[in-house]
Amino acid sequence: MTAEPLLRVRDLRVVIGGRHILHGVGFDVAASGVTALLGRNGAGKTTTVRGILGLVPRTGSIRFDGAETVGLPTHALVRRGIGYVPEDRGVFAGLTVAENLRLAERSGPGEAAEPDYALVHELFPELRQRARQAAGTLSGGQQQMVAIARTLLNGNRLIIADEPTKGLAPRIVTEVAVALERAAEAVPVLLVEQNLALVRRLAADCVVLADGRTAHTGPAAELLADASAARTLLGVGRSTPLRPAAEPAAVELSVTAAIPDPTSTHSPRPTGTPRAGGL
Amino acid sequence: MSVLVLLTLTGLGLGALYFLVASGLSLIFGLMDVLNFAHGALLAVGAYATWWAASRGSGFVLAVLFGTAVGTAAAVLLELGLIRRLYARPREQVLVTVGVGLAVPALLSAIWGSDARTFPTPAALAGTVRVLGAVIPVNRLLLIGAAVLVLAGLELFLGRTRFGLVVRAGVEDRAMVTALGIDVRRAFTLVFALGGAAAALAGALGGVYFGEVDPGQGSSLLIFAFVVVVMGGMGSVRGAALASVVVGLVQQFANYYTTGGLGDLSVVVLLAALLLLRPRGLTGRLA
Repeated sequence: MTAEPLLRVRDLRVVIGGRHILHGVGFDVAASGVTALLGRNGAGKTTTVRGILGLVPRTGSIRFDGAETVGLPTHALVRRGIGYVPEDRGVFAGLTVAENLRLAERSGPGEAAEPDYALVHELFPELRQRARQAAGTLSGGQQQMVAIARTLLNGNRLIIADEPTKGLAPRIVTEVAVALERAAEAVPVLLVEQNLALVRRLAADCVVLADGRTAHTGPAAELLADASAARTLLGVGRSTPLRPAAEPAAVELSVTAAIPDPTSTHSPRPTGTPRAGGL
Repeated sequence: MSVLVLLTLTGLGLGALYFLVASGLSLIFGLMDVLNFAHGALLAVGAYATWWAASRGSGFVLAVLFGTAVGTAAAVLLELGLIRRLYARPREQVLVTVGVGLAVPALLSAIWGSDARTFPTPAALAGTVRVLGAVIPVNRLLLIGAAVLVLAGLELFLGRTRFGLVVRAGVEDRAMVTALGIDVRRAFTLVFALGGAAAALAGALGGVYFGEVDPGQGSSLLIFAFVVVVMGGMGSVRGAALASVVVGLVQQFANYYTTGGLGDLSVVVLLAALLLLRPRGLTGRLA
């Protein structure tokens, strides 16, 4: 286990149109498994992801694989090995499925392997059948498959997925979950997700944001097992239809290693225990 | 009958001129969100460079190639030197392109005078041909041919090349293209070069069409080109082609069958009507 996390975010601040959206977000993404990024609506999860990628102007420190990347333009950072599944899926409606995938291929110097269509077609056989169909005519679930497939084509070292199951039918959620689980075996994933059943199934670690700050970091199972902490941090008193089986007992962790280094004292609050303070 | 043929072909000739200007304008706006008010200046540069070469005795084809090349170079220079620095600042961008759009004609007037210069049209293009009983100036057919070639070339580029794929995707969602690891700025420069080349070609062939070049030619064509871009749907080359044909024909027919000048007005009325009925333009795209 390497000491350095794959992605190390410190004091990430984003100001859009004079409004401070992030006030210093800090967390680590372990070099393996799934790290969940949680928080209520409007906590700044999507902005954090967009800030990491440089899609919004940001300050702070973002170290990817040991190198500072905060000054890099988005395309250069992505080429270092990041696959991104945006919240709205970012599928090009006017292009065919095949064209959407071809656009994601990275060729040229520094790109070793051929695009891995075998993996994509194994996980999503539908995409092969629908290769010539305009992506705009696909269902939401199929579009999500295209979006995830784009991150699997290249030898990415980190996948960032922003609410990949949002608005999908339960059956499709399961399909997406299987794909993410499969991807996470090879590539670490930073997963923004509201579906706590999915988080429970996939994530080893979690980061909770509140009001543009890191409110909590620690093992996902620990947070989700503590009903009161989960309620305070995530506001999950409301009933969201969860699938598969949202029983707290059904904790399946695909990855159990990679707990953040407890000695890192970047956050104003100690990590490891859920904190409700400051909310 | 012959009047109809004449009006149709001359209308298409005018539409061809609009398309050459509008195709680049539409791609540039669709991909980069840049309203390039300097596009008329690129046309003027192409027109004067062609005139300059032609009046120095180079052959017509060579002069057109030279004019197009100079216009393309000017477009690339404009993109790299000014527009690229201002992508995140739309207001400054508008000011800069308007400024260039005013400065270039002024510069041309300062060097070659503000009066129109006669274009040395080669004999082969000065004549007319008979089409279905109508007498059609050859230069209209030349323009139509050039526009069809440019349309086919752009379709091939957009449909068959990786750069074309990047451009089509970028017109939809520029940020997502960069999030796939693609440096979209290279596509910007390329689109500016292509748009500049088409505009300069319009300037070069416009010299034959109007029989003269003058510094303000680009600016007056630009207005109709913008109408065509809006009607066709921002960022759509096919839409621009369709709208060019419509605008050219409406203008020509209205100018013939009603009072002169009403043709120009009817184009604006047509635009207003279209925007009310189909806000996304003919192709249903809103960039």
